[in-house]
Amino acid sequence: MSTPPAEHPLIAARPTGTGPAVEAVGVVKRFGDFTAVAGIDFAVAPGETFGFLGPNGAGKSSTMRMVGCVSHPTEGTMRVLGRDPRRDGPEIRGRLGVVPQQDTLDGELTVMDNMYVYGRFFRLPRAEVRARSAELLEFVQLADRATAKVDELSGGMKRRLTIARALINRPELVLLDEPTTGLDPQARHLLWERLYRLRADGVTLVLTTHYMDEAEQLCDRLVIMDRGRIVAEGGPAELIRRHAARDVVELRLPAGAEPPSGVLEELADHVERLPDRVLLSTDDGDQTLAAVIGRGVAHERAVVRRATLEDVFLRLTGRTLVD
Amino acid sequence: MRVAAGRSAAVVEGLWVSYRHTWRATLVSSFLSPLLFLLAIGVGLGARIDSGGPVEGLTYAAFVAPGLLAATCMQVATFEATYPVMAGIKWFGTYRSILATPVGVPDLVAGRVAWIALRLTAVAAVFMVVTIPFGVSSGPLAVLALPAAVLTGLAVAAPIEAWAASRDDEQGFVGLFRFVILPMFLFAGTFFPVSQLPDWLQPVAWITPLWHGTELTRGFMTGAPDPLVPLHLAVLLVLAVAGTLAATVTYRRRLEP
Repeated sequence: MSTPPAEHPLIAARPTGTGPAVEAVGVVKRFGDFTAVAGIDFAVAPGETFGFLGPNGAGKSSTMRMVGCVSHPTEGTMRVLGRDPRRDGPEIRGRLGVVPQQDTLDGELTVMDNMYVYGRFFRLPRAEVRARSAELLEFVQLADRATAKVDELSGGMKRRLTIARALINRPELVLLDEPTTGLDPQARHLLWERLYRLRADGVTLVLTTHYMDEAEQLCDRLVIMDRGRIVAEGGPAELIRRHAARDVVELRLPAGAEPPSGVLEELADHVERLPDRVLLSTDDGDQTLAAVIGRGVAHERAVVRRATLEDVFLRLTGRTLVD
Repeated sequence: MRVAAGRSAAVVEGLWVSYRHTWRATLVSSFLSPLLFLLAIGVGLGARIDSGGPVEGLTYAAFVAPGLLAATCMQVATFEATYPVMAGIKWFGTYRSILATPVGVPDLVAGRVAWIALRLTAVAAVFMVVTIPFGVSSGPLAVLALPAAVLTGLAVAAPIEAWAASRDDEQGFVGLFRFVILPMFLFAGTFFPVSQLPDWLQPVAWITPLWHGTELTRGFMTGAPDPLVPLHLAVLLVLAVAGTLAATVTYRRRLEP
């Protein structure tokens, strides 16, 4: 595979204007009786990589669709690139790049034709679309597959094509809805690397994910959503500092051998009970583990580790990711 | 509701690029099967029928050819307004990706209808050229049969497009072909004059778009348009326009909740 030149032509544009790239005030989205988004406020600064983290059904995708100007808030106001999506939808969308959760590519067409057709929706001149497509396929390492039918591509390749497609109009703001869901680790790392490059170019990225490592790797700032609300906001390190102690002791308890209530709570700042483990949050993991052993708490396995975003997430959303 | 011509044109271009990959699959239904119908029924069966005297003053081939023209446009239109809609909305999600660009629902629907009109124009033009050797068209008015056939197709396609966009799956499409399109094809004037239907059934034929379309194509191709031309045109136009407007509503409900 070819590597793009270090000084590749600017893939996307820096936002114009000085205001926030996205601003939401009191945004609510209801579908009939169901409230998907229950009143959220957030602002994304130009050049920032901003993440929405949350379990399935937290309202991330509904929020992204509102930012993408294909759905409008039931209540509250939204501004994207300084404009009103309700009034200026087509103009705003012309400056966005959208990577939806599903690839939504035309499987019958070639890689190049997918790029071409999409570029024409932005009313870019034909020659420009072709030149730019070639450039972008290079950027996502698909140049050698330009004439392949999309149906023949692997999942990771389709994802990269979807990202290349989203950049055809040199967007000022790129929206990525679960960009690496379903990809194998190699494909994820390649994708992250390309997203880093975009970020380094000053492109504003807004993404959703339910992968903690992805959020920690990519996001300057993120919000954790749960049941349609924002339950925490900050940088990854800041969130860990604020919502979790430094260390976590993970205990795997023998079935039916839960220690008397209150025992674990005495040993740690916070106790999180998961189906398969108990997590003890503490500032000194080694000391806490020693105390656990000292109190004679029966356990099959114990691990001391640093707190991660996942601990914050589990504490704030109060349930595991799999539900 | 704002439609931007340039954005709709981009939708048409996208559909054209797709069609370049799939056109072979449409050859039989769009071009070959109407010709076979004309040969078997118009010419083959027509030879027997003509021995019993002309149908509305025409040879049977001349009678049935304009009917097949309108009916073919109806069938092609029905197909174009069903399965591709389900594919774009649900199977591949391509319409969602289109709406993430400056193209909006009104642009998308207008582009789709324009595309169907182009497809129908090609189908009708080929059919009319092929029928020349059969001597079924007479006079300069015959040229008008082409737009009339395209309009017939649109009067069918637009309401179906609106309906198809509201469906959860393709289950209803087979029923549509069997219980709506096929009966129209058989009884709304393609193969015999509607006046031969029982009295109580004739009004049912009169409210079908295909009957109005067939009256137009037959009138133009035989050089003797009936006095109700403005009525036929009005009915077909209203269906096409109302269907298009309804499609923007159902598309929006589905794609921009």
